[in-house]
Amino acid sequence: MTTHTLERPTAAPAARRKARLTGERAMFLYTWLIIAWLVVPILIMIAFGFNDPKGRYNQTWQGFTLKWYKDVFAISDLTSALVISLVIAVVSSLLAGALGTGIGYALGRYRFRGADGLNLIMFATMSSPELIMGISLLTLFVSAGIGLGATTITIAHVMFSISFVSTVVRARVITLDRSIEEAAADLGAGPWTTFWKVTFPIILPAVFSGVMLAFALSIDDFVVTNFTAGTTVTFPLWIWGATRVGLPPQVNVMGTLIFAAGILIAVITNLRSRSKTKKA
Amino acid sequence: MNRVKRTLAPYLLVLPGGLWLLLFFVVPMVTMFSLSLQQGDIVNGYVFTGHWQTYVDAITNYQTQLIRSLVYGLITTVALVVMSFPVAYWIAFYGGKRKSTYLFLILLPFFVSFVLRTISWRQILTDDGMLLHPLKEAGLLSPGFHILGTSYAVIFGLIYNFLPFMVLPIYVALERIDPRVVEAARDLYAKPLTVFRKVVFPLALPGVFAGVLMTFVPASSDYVNSGVLGSSSTTMIGQVVQAQALANSNYPMASALSFFLMAVLLTGVFIYARVLGTEDVMNAAAR
Repeated sequence: MTTHTLERPTAAPAARRKARLTGERAMFLYTWLIIAWLVVPILIMIAFGFNDPKGRYNQTWQGFTLKWYKDVFAISDLTSALVISLVIAVVSSLLAGALGTGIGYALGRYRFRGADGLNLIMFATMSSPELIMGISLLTLFVSAGIGLGATTITIAHVMFSISFVSTVVRARVITLDRSIEEAAADLGAGPWTTFWKVTFPIILPAVFSGVMLAFALSIDDFVVTNFTAGTTVTFPLWIWGATRVGLPPQVNVMGTLIFAAGILIAVITNLRSRSKTKKA
Repeated sequence: MNRVKRTLAPYLLVLPGGLWLLLFFVVPMVTMFSLSLQQGDIVNGYVFTGHWQTYVDAITNYQTQLIRSLVYGLITTVALVVMSFPVAYWIAFYGGKRKSTYLFLILLPFFVSFVLRTISWRQILTDDGMLLHPLKEAGLLSPGFHILGTSYAVIFGLIYNFLPFMVLPIYVALERIDPRVVEAARDLYAKPLTVFRKVVFPLALPGVFAGVLMTFVPASSDYVNSGVLGSSSTTMIGQVVQAQALANSNYPMASALSFFLMAVLLTGVFIYARVLGTEDVMNAAAR
């Protein structure tokens, strides 16, 4: 990707340039203001994981404590909700990764009948309101007499993740240099060997980011999960259920830990890809 | 043999995922539409009777919530375009080496659960919370003042939660603009406002379209923000659908409301695409 800057000296009069600088400074401040606004509830969440509330409601500051970090797994049904969320996220992101990579690779590599229809369905899944996907899955499962639970949640999460994985993978496959594959074929590698030894390693970063995206979509999903869960409780569903009676600080601690883990993974992936581009 | 294999390859690759989408996206939509025209109940089963009356009931009984949802969605979307454009513009044109860092900061909220973020705002905005309490103590606000439970709170939450979905697509569109085009306009003595109106904004339109699509549809059908930050006077259609489906098990009503909502939203998006006038916009959004 190229980086453009507009700060090339032009024949603009000094007054105009000054006005442009003021505008630039205003936009700079505004951007940081928006970022600060985006961060406010996250800081509150982190801070109140260290709060020592006396009553049921954890919303006024009453003193610093680390006990919630020690007792983070003290509420057993909250812990099991988190575990269920993690298991569903792992299973559904791997499944969506496999299925989505197949579609993404085919769409990026081949021209075939039905590709337009498939593209349309993928676009529809990505732009449909979650509410409507949730209700429609619920009506399907109810009509078919399928019991709701972790399986139906997983089915739903795979469904809405496939298109995201495919889109990411397709973008990588399109920019693939075909001559590398042809070189492998010339050296006597069969299509199967070429794919696993040459093509797959090249598209692997895209597959990986697709799986990560699917994982994030799954672990955070509330709406579709709400309709396909039955009596199964995931982490977001537990939080939703507890809002009326007041959230325990453990929720803040778990939220903070998930946040920290997410940031860590994102930063590591970023640094790795950056050092790779430097080498290349 | 090899040739046959090669022509079959794309179909074999597409088959598992395609089947999954067919079974769990297309079929459910058809089932939902069919169920909206059926009568019966969960115990005795449903029979297809072509009962359009459910739609009439859905619209007449819940028109307030339907209209409210569309109004909230519209206000949110317009506010998002206005608020996001300068951010995307500054990152795209002045972000320099730090572009990816700024985008990362914009995406920061996504590392915290959607429900948890919204609840965090409720903790901040609540009547005796950390924002209103000190202001009331200082006599800057009347003791009866509250934000929570008002439509302002719900729209505030919607704007907060969907902002990144507007910034990113506009950024992508702006990032693609060749700065030489902007320079050329300046060299031809176009005033800054003219450059923006005639050059930058038209080139950013596909991004705005994608942003509108990614925010208007989910914002209008959201029920988390109105549930957590709102009150009974800010109920949106999502809450009605959720209650009909999960609390009342009235699946035909929930289906009819969902289908109607989807039809309205899609029509809105389609008209918007038409008003913008180009097929390119649709293609760019799909990309």
